[in-house]
Amino acid sequence: MQKEQLVLIGNGMAGIRAIEEILKRDPERFEITIFGEEPHPNYNRIALSSVLQGDSSVEDIILNDYDWYEKNGITLYTGDPVVKVDKRRKKIESKNGVVCHYDHLIFATGSNPFMLPLPGADKEGVIAFRDIKDCETMVETSKHYKKAVVIGGGLLGLEAARGLLNLNMETDVVHIFDYLMERQLDAPASDMLKRELEAQGMRFHMNKHTEMINGKERVEGVTFKDGTFLEADLVVMAVGIRPNIELASEAGLQTERAIVVNDFMETSAKDIYAVGECAEHNGIAYGLVAPLYEQGSVLADHLCNQETEGYKGSLTYTKLKVSGVDVFSAGHFQDNEQTRAIRVHDEFEGIYKKVVVQDDTVVGAVLFGDTSDSPRLLDMMKKEQDISGMNKAVILPSENADGASDESSVVSMAADEQICDCNGVCKGEIVEAIRNDGLATVADVTKHTNAGRSCGGCKPLVSDLLSATLGDEAVASQKEPICGCTDLSHDEVSEVIKDKQLSFTREVMNVLGWETEEGCSKCRPAINYYLGLNQPEEYEDDYTSRFINERMHANIQNDGTYSVVPRMYGGVTDPDQLRKIADTAEKYDVPMLKVTGGQRIDMLGVNKEDLPSVWEELGMNSGYAYAKSIRTVKTCVGEDFCRFGTQDSIGMGIQIEKKYERLNTPHKVKMAVSACPRNCAESGIKDIGIVGVEGAWEMYVGGNGGVDLRGGDLFCKVETGEELLHHISAFLQYYREDARYLERTSHWVERVGLDHIRSVVLDDTEKRKQLIENMEKALRALPEDPWTEISENEAKQKELFEKKQLEVVR
Amino acid sequence: MPTTKTEKQVFLCRVDDLIEGVPKEVMVNGESIAVFKTNKGHINALQNSCPHKKGPLSQGIVSGDHVFCPLHDWKISVKTGMVQEPDEGCVKTYPVEVKNKEVYLHFS
Ligand code: SRM
Ligand SMILES: Cc1cc2nc3c(=O)[nH]c(=O)nc-3n(C[C@H](O)[C@H](O)[C@H](O)COP(=O)(O)OP(=O)(O)OC[C@H]3O[C@@H](n4cnc5c(N)ncnc54)[C@H](O)[C@@H]3O)c2cc1C
Ligand code: SF4
Ligand code: FES
Repeated sequence: MQKEQLVLIGNGMAGIRAIEEILKRDPERFEITIFGEEPHPNYNRIALSSVLQGDSSVEDIILNDYDWYEKNGITLYTGDPVVKVDKRRKKIESKNGVVCHYDHLIFATGSNPFMLPLPGADKEGVIAFRDIKDCETMVETSKHYKKAVVIGGGLLGLEAARGLLNLNMETDVVHIFDYLMERQLDAPASDMLKRELEAQGMRFHMNKHTEMINGKERVEGVTFKDGTFLEADLVVMAVGIRPNIELASEAGLQTERAIVVNDFMETSAKDIYAVGECAEHNGIAYGLVAPLYEQGSVLADHLCNQETEGYKGSLTYTKLKVSGVDVFSAGHFQDNEQTRAIRVHDEFEGIYKKVVVQDDTVVGAVLFGDTSDSPRLLDMMKKEQDISGMNKAVILPSENADGASDESSVVSMAADEQICDCNGVCKGEIVEAIRNDGLATVADVTKHTNAGRSCGGCKPLVSDLLSATLGDEAVASQKEPICGCTDLSHDEVSEVIKDKQLSFTREVMNVLGWETEEGCSKCRPAINYYLGLNQPEEYEDDYTSRFINERMHANIQNDGTYSVVPRMYGGVTDPDQLRKIADTAEKYDVPMLKVTGGQRIDMLGVNKEDLPSVWEELGMNSGYAYAKSIRTVKTCVGEDFCRFGTQDSIGMGIQIEKKYERLNTPHKVKMAVSACPRNCAESGIKDIGIVGVEGAWEMYVGGNGGVDLRGGDLFCKVETGEELLHHISAFLQYYREDARYLERTSHWVERVGLDHIRSVVLDDTEKRKQLIENMEKALRALPEDPWTEISENEAKQKELFEKKQLEVVR
Repeated sequence: MPTTKTEKQVFLCRVDDLIEGVPKEVMVNGESIAVFKTNKGHINALQNSCPHKKGPLSQGIVSGDHVFCPLHDWKISVKTGMVQEPDEGCVKTYPVEVKNKEVYLHFS
């Protein structure tokens, strides 16, 4: 029998959710065709805020990749909107001319941002905040321009403004009312919000009516009705959305504000349905995802002939996704004559909580600064729980006097309380999935239950729930594959390499059944590292599997030139070196010389083809500023000069750098030696940091001054330099053998625990001896200085650095 | 292949000059071109400029028929020039021809 034809207009969050629900119920029933106007597979629109704020990439927010469509036999047309619906003949037509018959048709066309029809609103640089393209425009604009004006002080406007601040733009927010987010917050909460955002650098212009947008082709400013003016290179309008119903009304469906649907998501026309922001149920067109998902589920039941009560409307709530600001609002939060409220207002801590009660049930709430009670409040609102017998601590558990306990609020939640409100997933469902499907990561839970798949606000709760269900340790030992080419984790791959004594990257991929023939840029460098680690003497490095920087022995720059950082052991230089650097820089027109954060000199902007000659001319060793390897050993002046110095930090630093230079490590390793606890070489934030004290050296490990700032942990204290080198060898070698590729010491120490490392490196004498031996073996097998090697090897120069010049004679 | 008036062919290099997995940069009339030899011995040429931010593709890691841009790791087919999911775009490709173990580029 031929399958029924199901066509979806709109490849967005609501439509695809409905399809997912249908596939869950009856994967074989329909022949599905989807048309989407945007040139992307379905992505998480909500997470655009975090893309803009720099916390995710566009890639991270794809919800259903192209494979998903293919696997489910769905025909997808992206970048091709439907332009005509003929409900009599049951046919639709797309812009590119695709004509398609349907038995069932779903409208999920979402909304369009509302653009104020101001004079000048069509100028270049005036945009909305709705899709990937808008996000990209903002990022691109921020590179060339400085001043952004956001019109609209609601949720979207503020999230856009935060993103623009992160993009280093000066950001002004214009709002027509007295209060920010006036639809979700009362006056005190709104004031606190404004103060907090001002502290983050936003500027507000309240009570302002925009009159026109100024500029020639591109926007140059905004004029207000009161005659004032703001300069602007970019204007983001975030003043609301309009359901996208043009096509539906042309097709003759009944529309009000949106497409009118009944409890089964049926429109006024036979076999045509609508879900999402373009649908209006019981007079309400929702603009959040939770209702859209409930609608999708009802529609799926209905289309698959399963029994359903139908859609009864949704209770919505709001959370602001701006880092450092926790805001929650739900229901009727304004007071009136019939309501009474519980209020907590702590101006010192910046906390405000208001729970509005009517007839002994909670009807609304606003939380600012601490939103941990939000799941509980929402639950009470949904169940219309009678609170007459309850004291405040039950309604607002975070106010509990001895609330100092750091037990997560998930522990006390009932099984039917919701964890993920966007997707309507309750605690019981998640716990069951964790137990039955053996889930160990938040990503797994999201995949199996959908919890955390939209705004992501519940991820911390999911993570707590994982720990509470499995115990902390089980969660720590979660498995993550190296990359998309395999299901195997780093540990498993390095284990097999050792067991089977494999010797080539290709061999590893072959033996372990890689899904791609030749791997990718993630797995190949990792495999190459593990192979070299396992057979330091025999293994021939596969330089084609190395990142460009490690292949070229220089750092690639944004314009395709390279930087050259020669070694200056311990940060010490001399006139001869400086002269050579100066001469070479002049000869090769090096555009910039810069002192690095690692106590040496960077020659920036060298042409690829000049690299070998620059190295030759310098006659210095490579500083490995580009490699997953030992980087620098910074030192302070130490006892020879400094009035506080207790040890020869310079001497020690140079000795360390000379011993371990060129050694491959899972990630870069930075070291420092200071001669007293004042720590002028910043030993406290190094992978290995040494601090000299009277008669001894302290060794700190796992420090990091980068993305996740972490102070190093005191590992041990030793008396002589020789002992110190033994400890460094043992620690470093254990890191090399145990850590995953691209795991800094700071992350490794956190993952396996300092106590464990101590027990291996310090306490287990046998193992310690072995580590030191392995290190010596690795050091013996180290290659020569790569710069010298390449400047002496013409074939290599030709292969890697030559740029052939050809002219076509006409 | 006969050359037409608008199309010139130019001798690039010998097949043996190219190393599998190590692309070569060639400047032709001031245009920078990346030449690839895949593990199956196929030879392809792309404009040496990533559609993302002009990263030099001749410096990328090559896996199978794809090159990973050295700057931000976009994955690009050396055969078609198409940028792979989830990124988008395409790079100009140049037709190449191998005759007597010599590689020629058709250039208009
Ligand atoms: C040149 C230098 C900046 C400067 O002018 O001072 C620098 C430049 C780069 N750093 Fe750095 N870092 C430099 C010191 C630092 C420091 C300070 C230090 O070492 O004391 C830090 C923080 C300390 C730390 O790492 O714990 C630092 C933290 C990073 C990070 C974040 C690492 C982390 O674990 O969070 C990266 C990204 C990465 O490695 O993945 C990075 C990556 C980079 C790269 C290599 C980016 C890249 O992959 O292309 C930059 C190359 C720029 C270029 O175009 O040449 N750089 N970088 C410094 C070179 C030091 C040297 O002589 O070798
Ligand atoms: C920056 C931002 C942050 C947000 N944050 C939150 C939040 O924290 N919490 C929350 O609950 N909600 C949030 N939202 C709202 C949420 O994203 C929307 O409610 C949800 O995406 C609506 O889903 P939809 O499928 O109805 O519409 P959409 O996701 O907009 O999908 C509709 C799709 O249909 C396409 N389309 C339109 N017409 C046609 C046609 N004729 N043919 C083919 N395709 C067509 C459109 O191009 C679009 O891709 C946010 C929205 C934005 C923009
Ligand atoms: S901080 Fe480091 S990685 Fe960031 S821009 Fe500066 S040099 Fe580059
Ligand atoms: S320039 Fe190629 S990925 Fe960014």
